[in-house]
Amino acid sequence: MDQSEMRNWEARCTQEEPPRCRAACPLHVDVREFCTRMAEDRPDQAWGTLCRTLPLPSVMARICDAPCKKACLRNDAGGAVEMSALERACADFPGKTPPLHAPPSRGRKATIIGGDIAALTAAWDLSRKGVEVALHCPCDVTDMLNWLRCTAPLDYEATLRKHLETELATLRRLGVVIHEHAPVSLTLVDTARAEERLVFIAPDAYQALLEGDAPPDDLTLGTVRTGVFAAMRPAEPEQAFSPVFLAALGRRAATSMDRFYQGASLVAGREREGIFETRLYTNISTVAPVSPIAVSQNGYSREQAVQEAARCLRCECMECVHNCAFLAEFGSYPKQYTRRIYNNASIVMGTRQANTMINSCMMCGLCASLCPDGFDMGALCLQSRQDMVARGKMPASAHEFALRDMAFANGEDCVVARHAPDTARSAWLFFPGCQLTASMPDAVERTWRWLRTQLGGDAEKGGVGLLLHCCGAPAHWSGRTDLHAEAVRTLSAHLDALGNPPLITACPTCTDMLRKALPQAVITTLWEVFDQQTSDTAFPASPLAAQTELVLHDPCNTRHDAALRSAVRSLLHQRGIRVTEPERSGEHTECCGFGGLSESANPALGVKIREGRAARLTTASPADAVTYCAMCRDMLAKSGKRILHMLDLLLPPEPSEPCGPGCCGPRADNAAGPHAGPAPSYSERRENRIRLRERLITGYWQEAGRTAAPYEALRVTYTPEAQQRMESHRILDSDIRKVLLHTEQQKTWLENVTDTESKGRRLAMFRPTIVTYWVEYTLQDDGGYMVHNTWSHRMRIIPPGHRSGNGGNA
Amino acid sequence: MSTLKVLDKDYSDWVCAACGKPLQPAPVELEYLDSLFNVELPCCVACGMVLIPEELALGKMADVERLLEDK
Ligand code: SF4
Ligand code: SF4
Ligand code: SF4
Ligand SMILES: [Zn+2]
Repeated sequence: MDQSEMRNWEARCTQEEPPRCRAACPLHVDVREFCTRMAEDRPDQAWGTLCRTLPLPSVMARICDAPCKKACLRNDAGGAVEMSALERACADFPGKTPPLHAPPSRGRKATIIGGDIAALTAAWDLSRKGVEVALHCPCDVTDMLNWLRCTAPLDYEATLRKHLETELATLRRLGVVIHEHAPVSLTLVDTARAEERLVFIAPDAYQALLEGDAPPDDLTLGTVRTGVFAAMRPAEPEQAFSPVFLAALGRRAATSMDRFYQGASLVAGREREGIFETRLYTNISTVAPVSPIAVSQNGYSREQAVQEAARCLRCECMECVHNCAFLAEFGSYPKQYTRRIYNNASIVMGTRQANTMINSCMMCGLCASLCPDGFDMGALCLQSRQDMVARGKMPASAHEFALRDMAFANGEDCVVARHAPDTARSAWLFFPGCQLTASMPDAVERTWRWLRTQLGGDAEKGGVGLLLHCCGAPAHWSGRTDLHAEAVRTLSAHLDALGNPPLITACPTCTDMLRKALPQAVITTLWEVFDQQTSDTAFPASPLAAQTELVLHDPCNTRHDAALRSAVRSLLHQRGIRVTEPERSGEHTECCGFGGLSESANPALGVKIREGRAARLTTASPADAVTYCAMCRDMLAKSGKRILHMLDLLLPPEPSEPCGPGCCGPRADNAAGPHAGPAPSYSERRENRIRLRERLITGYWQEAGRTAAPYEALRVTYTPEAQQRMESHRILDSDIRKVLLHTEQQKTWLENVTDTESKGRRLAMFRPTIVTYWVEYTLQDDGGYMVHNTWSHRMRIIPPGHRSGNGGNA
Repeated sequence: MSTLKVLDKDYSDWVCAACGKPLQPAPVELEYLDSLFNVELPCCVACGMVLIPEELALGKMADVERLLEDK
């Protein structure tokens, strides 16, 4: 990502855009921060916020006519925040005005002609920049008050005089020389210019001096006379006598004059100096309307001010962050994340702090579906991952387990790519996906059988073939474009060999991946095939009573597949299920945590993600849930959620033919119903794939089964603690068996000789490739192994006397 | 390169089955992503078989692995 690309990304996130109030304030007061401080009952800090922006704050805060109110988003939920009353209340609480210092003038001098708030503001701003200002008022303080009075008919003018005098004293302290009742003439302008002073002519002096000249430039307030700036009274009635609009004119002139002194461009970057439309989006769909606190004659009491300020919505976007546990996890929002990702890639020496963040995104597209500008954090993270891989900077451990799993699913023990038995061509090809195969191997077999029966097929048209293979999603998600291309190549070769029949896919991830990777392939989802099946007898009896309620979880990969989602709903309806939709469903559904290999790279976050989603399903209804992605089902089941897969509902096992031992993992053991099954362990997932292929190859095609690897012959049992460690450290049964076999062959192990309960425990290690596994076990009387514990590390051991360069222990 | 001491516990109750010798602390090199560390670990004095206890593998070692991967 180069800098301009980064800026393009950044620009799409509008979280840092100002709220409407600030954009509509001619001086751009930070109303949101002001209200926050006021609501916290910290008027001193709120006053500090006002003083940062307001000229002559003790006057301005009392007379501002608050055009921000018209723009305030609270208008849509009870009424605008009463900003003028709040500012007045704030000014009335004793707050310390931050001290003002004028830098040295370095010969910069200005003459300001006029006595209105524009003139005073220009004097205020310029003097604070160190400019020596001479203010020529055609009037005196009383007249100035009259100006203010006519612009702001307030009930407390008496105190206003005091405040005006205070601020005029501040101006004098900042070096402003105030000439009251000054004769206003063009001679004054010419003399000033002759002395190289810049000149500002305020609206109350404009007519007398420049009537007949071409009007000043709107953006810079420059006039046809070099070095002379001027503002006319605004033509719009609501601005003509508005103190804050007039003050903004004074500020605009001061900015131009300052740029003039510096020889800087008078026009650059000033688009948003006046009032503008913000791009900030704020979702108020769940905000309850609350009416403003009525403003009495004497303004707000302190309590009232706190209450009114609390009505401010502190407008911000954060739409994506509020709906994504990943985005919330790292404490910021996409614009900042973009910067972090950019910086991460630029690091030459040092720690890449954002790696984990980049690898934790689920790439589920929810953010893009919610963001007003479609910011797709998943696309950004994918691009970053690909970039990390390309530069050799991807942490090896982040995706290794998942990629190993993919390689296994695409290995000879798992792949099936065949026409149906006794057919030489396929009219259809069933593609269940490697995760459904790992989770519900028996359901894969039943589904394939169902398809063969229902879709028929004959020697001429061909039958329903079967392709057990991974779609390549893990490679894609991990940024491994090479591995993804390879997976797609192998897939295409299988498809070619089978005559490229139309595919029936069961997994939403596969569906999405294959549609993108194989655009020429004809792909229909299993659910749409089911839904087109109108015969009453097509499905066995439902395992659930009619009118059972289920909460539907749409997998995140169905976000853009409305046809699929509606087929699923129609099927559930036909099945007599009452469907409850969670708050986030359909195109705004949430990921289970598997997407983007998020859970693989950040297991702790994975737990939060699935528990959050499960909780929101339960909020919709305490009823059981249903979904149509095996991975979603298993991830949510891991959080303890009772959730079934659509296949549990549509093609449950016939009571007359219970499946074989272990064929559906622990799911079959649960008498409470199909939905109560826990997720199979990583090792069981592998076994499920192997067993399914074995059963199909030997049972349907009458071919010889695989030859088991020697380590499979070992008799190994695990303590529950060991099983739990295997899951959390992602150590497989096969990894452990390899260690044990290695030990058996090499006769190397460590043995505990204490008189504790550990006596006789053995410890063995083996490093098949790049991970070293340790297994703590005891030998059983029958020669079997009881495994008590296991752990692994990636560091390589170079034993004493084997200095760098040979294979270490293993 | 100085040798880091990373373990406090004594592992002499573990014996190398092949050599029959109890494990004793000895300097061992650990390598990951082209970085070498000299660490004192329990070893068999005869054949050099090293013990990496669980607490080390999942604690300091995992931290260092992660750190090196993010370099
Ligand atoms: S939805 Fe997210 S990315 Fe989009 S503007 Fe809001 S905070 Fe930024
Ligand atoms: S609700 Fe608050 S932040 Fe939002 S526009 Fe109104 S004053 Fe500004
Ligand atoms: S996890 Fe999904 S919603 Fe969250 S940032 Fe990634 S793609 Fe967006
Ligand atoms: Zn030994």
